[in-house]
Amino acid sequence: MKYLDEYRDRKIAEKLVSEIKRTMTRPWTIMEICGGQTHSIVKYGLDQLLPEGVELVHGPGCPVCVTPLEMIDRAHAIAHRSDVIFCSFGDMLRVPGSDGDLFQVKAGGGDIRIVYSPVDCLRIAMANPASKVVFFAVGFETTAPANAMAVWQAKAQGIRKFSVLVSHVMVPPAIEGILRSPENRVQGFLGPGHVCAVMGYREYAPIAARYKVPIVISGFEPLDLLEGTLMAIRQLEQRRAEVENQYGRTVCPDGNPQAQTMIHRVFQVCDRNWRGIGTIPKSGYRLNPEFQDHDAERIFDVEAIHSMEPPTCLSGKILSGLKKPHDCPAFGNPCTPQTPLGATMVSAEGACAAYYNYGRRGPCVGR
Amino acid sequence: MGKIDYGGITREACLEYIPEPKVGDYVMVHVGFAISKVDEEEAARTYRFLAEMDELDEIAGPELQI
Repeated sequence: MKYLDEYRDRKIAEKLVSEIKRTMTRPWTIMEICGGQTHSIVKYGLDQLLPEGVELVHGPGCPVCVTPLEMIDRAHAIAHRSDVIFCSFGDMLRVPGSDGDLFQVKAGGGDIRIVYSPVDCLRIAMANPASKVVFFAVGFETTAPANAMAVWQAKAQGIRKFSVLVSHVMVPPAIEGILRSPENRVQGFLGPGHVCAVMGYREYAPIAARYKVPIVISGFEPLDLLEGTLMAIRQLEQRRAEVENQYGRTVCPDGNPQAQTMIHRVFQVCDRNWRGIGTIPKSGYRLNPEFQDHDAERIFDVEAIHSMEPPTCLSGKILSGLKKPHDCPAFGNPCTPQTPLGATMVSAEGACAAYYNYGRRGPCVGR
Repeated sequence: MGKIDYGGITREACLEYIPEPKVGDYVMVHVGFAISKVDEEEAARTYRFLAEMDELDEIAGPELQI
């Protein structure tokens, strides 16, 4: 397909790799933010194609991975109710809560529906007026315009029995959280292309300047990721720390103003707890008070949730770039995509699942 | 709403966030919403750069080996 196939050219990829090799005089550690980028890197073997000394570590930009366990437990408690139709994107269904996953809730009689888009829930709500339809609204800024539109439409059309369980997060505060950690080892970032398609990238400039790290907004195809890596390494070698845009065909500096307007109509910024990372101030969205009739957290007062993280799971350290999947003693046994202990193994965008699915099962592969 | 052709598979997507969408535009769709229109000039520019890198290296290739 146009704008995809030409960004997968093997010959040009090899040229980019040799240009990276020619440019670097020392090892560098670069983090790609998005789970979609991680998936592409491992799928196309870019981590193994890159010269020795370039280490790609995998960032927190996987919404399924960073949704906190207590929010998943709350979702399960709501989904169990007989008066509820619980709607979710498919990849949330296998995420283990403290006690099972949404498939098990479904097996136990819960009405769970997988939706492609949040607006599908409005159709479900109109077709099932006796039920309360709840959508599990997780995601980054990329998903926020769609989820905001569903809530906006529900209010405008008077669909009262539709509500959202909101667990929305934002990328820039997470980058700052990683950079503030005393253990941080990330020297440059491949920025989140699709988040920036919505938000633009002006808010990244103060971060690049304050922490002296290059941030290159990058696409998701192999040549995008290799060019982004080259641009980040050029900056590092020249001791520059700027925001650059590799993904100009999709991202402009100001992003999508219409989408931002809808986000800010429906949501307000709040503190959010990130699974494996902890609470980051002003790092997410919740509904504005005028939409509280559509707030599942308010409607379903779920109490007494005692969330228990599996003690062996390293996903928090993996999401911060401190560890790689095969540093985990549980990786591959007993933790697999079929029997995940933690969220980085559940989502197709999670680093552990990508390593497992594309054969990076031993410590000798991958850098 | 508009119909989007994903290289053979057609699905509807919400075009509310794309100002003045036209038949033939390329868009980036996420969870049923078009969030960005592909800038064809920018795409051509990036690709030209990448393709030039390929050619340049071929010209420079033999010299580099000396």
